[in-house]
Amino acid sequence: MIRIENVSKRYEKSYAVRNLSLTVAKGELCCLIGPSGCGKSTTLKMINRMIAPSSGTITVDGVDVHEVPVATLRRRMGYVIQSIGLFPHMTVLANIQVVPRLLRWEESRSRKRALELLELLGLSPDTYGGKYPAELSGGQAQRVGVARALAADPQILLMDEPFGALDPISREHLQNQFLAIQQELHKTIVFVTHDIDEAVRLGTKVALLRDGRLVQYGSPEQLLAAPADAFVKKFVGLDRALKRLSRLLAADFLHPANSVARQAPPELLEAEFRRLEGSDCARYLWVTDEENRLVGWVDGNNTTEKRLNMLEDLVEIDPADISVRPGYSLKQALAMFVQQSVACLPVVDDERRLQGEIRLADVLKS
Amino acid sequence: MTRRRRSLLPRTILLSAAAVYIVLASWGGIWERLLSPIMPDVQEYLYPRVGLWTLTWQHCVLVSVSSTLSILVGMGTGILATRSFGRDFLPAVNSLVSVGQTFPPVAVLALAVPSVGFGAEPAIIALFLYGLLPVVRNTVGGLEAVTPAVREAAMGMGMTELQALWRVELPLSAKVIMAGIRTSVVINIGTATIGATIGAGGLGAPIITGLASDNTAFILQGSILAALFAIIADAALDIIENQLGPASTQAGEKEDGQPQ
Repeated sequence: MIRIENVSKRYEKSYAVRNLSLTVAKGELCCLIGPSGCGKSTTLKMINRMIAPSSGTITVDGVDVHEVPVATLRRRMGYVIQSIGLFPHMTVLANIQVVPRLLRWEESRSRKRALELLELLGLSPDTYGGKYPAELSGGQAQRVGVARALAADPQILLMDEPFGALDPISREHLQNQFLAIQQELHKTIVFVTHDIDEAVRLGTKVALLRDGRLVQYGSPEQLLAAPADAFVKKFVGLDRALKRLSRLLAADFLHPANSVARQAPPELLEAEFRRLEGSDCARYLWVTDEENRLVGWVDGNNTTEKRLNMLEDLVEIDPADISVRPGYSLKQALAMFVQQSVACLPVVDDERRLQGEIRLADVLKS
Repeated sequence: MTRRRRSLLPRTILLSAAAVYIVLASWGGIWERLLSPIMPDVQEYLYPRVGLWTLTWQHCVLVSVSSTLSILVGMGTGILATRSFGRDFLPAVNSLVSVGQTFPPVAVLALAVPSVGFGAEPAIIALFLYGLLPVVRNTVGGLEAVTPAVREAAMGMGMTELQALWRVELPLSAKVIMAGIRTSVVINIGTATIGATIGAGGLGAPIITGLASDNTAFILQGSILAALFAIIADAALDIIENQLGPASTQAGEKEDGQPQ
């Protein structure tokens, strides 16, 4: 647990951070966010004493950081910076092994750890282990940067705009990967960013700073649903409703699906449609095969009039085009609703098995 | 490592210059054979007072003592001036060393003689001061060229100042520092010939005697050997410099232009 209490950092004329108090609980991913010059980086760097506070105390698990020798303190915290700062004269493996070597781990242990981390970050140890930083792309280099910070298995990670210099595609990829890793490792992370989407996406807590003061601190949902003042409202953006949707999972809005088996006789089909009449999703029936896999849908508007054989009327589709995965955010689901201009979408798992459906009405209400 | 520049040129130069030197210094008769056709009036073709190998040894001592001092003091100053506590002295160090370079070595010799007398000592002092500049300049330049991000990463990971210097900053600037050392040593080899004017001996002795007695053969002897000496040292240091790692590691620039 990191506890920042009444911390200020004063430069000759102005305050970079003013009387800031903030507690980051164990396992939390706290995003420090704000416009440039708001003191978010300064705050981060005071935790590992890259910058000394002018007043106030910072404790980690109850111990004042200034009571621990600075090198020891830093070796216990992973540190990732935007400009990555890999050591150009060392191979990827040697870069990752820096802290374990400073801690005098046995060579075999630190090497094994470095190989594991490369694997964890999706870089093949055989291909990348022996490369030099100059041979890596930006995304690969920052992966090595993250691996290096994790090398000695610190409980705390300090990340200063780690994905800020990457192109949007690598950034999103790395964010996803990083989230997955964090779900496994449960580190306590302080993460500086200026990108509200990134903060909302990654953070379990978001601290919004302005002019060195803490403006609002809470979960991303709280920040988006109830901005403390006009500044927060403006900062989170006009599309904050949409951003909120990106935090919600389709899986939490599942309804039982209205479906029929592919071999069902037309009478059953008719009965189903009659039963549905008047409900939100009266128009479509999802069609599944013997193993409950989604194969298509029947449009109710046609069937009632023409009384065609169901198989003839079946719209065969690639389920990927119209279905939603339980892990999708409501924002992604909304995009699909708009694209297909429907009010209902089927939810399928990785094997295309029908899990249920989600309704546009729920998305709009949430 | 495949990225090291594997040029055979310095090795070829080193071996051939060394071979020529050994022949010229060991076989006294060769000077008469080579020089009598072009300068028949000279009475004596080989410097008679001291053997050429002895002169070589004296020259070696002058250069190695003064260069070792230049390297130690120069690197030490350069390192101290780039530490956080010594940064205030950086401009002072830079201008002081530049002033040292504008002083002609003869003037330093002239000033050194009254204080330490004739012989090798004043020559070594003059050469030491003269060789400082390239070492200090390149040490400062090499260390300053290490990207701030790399230094920040080193400190942020929990390296002490000394560890950051030893494991990161010096390896990254080794090539630049070595280039400074090379310049310094080569300059010193040439300048050391002046030491003969105050009795320091070395390959300058035949040159000074030749100038005094109007013997061109002596002048050629001293200058050709001193020149070969400089070429040998230059090639040897060039080889060492290339061993110090790929140039692409210099200051951490990236081929794909990673945005900062």
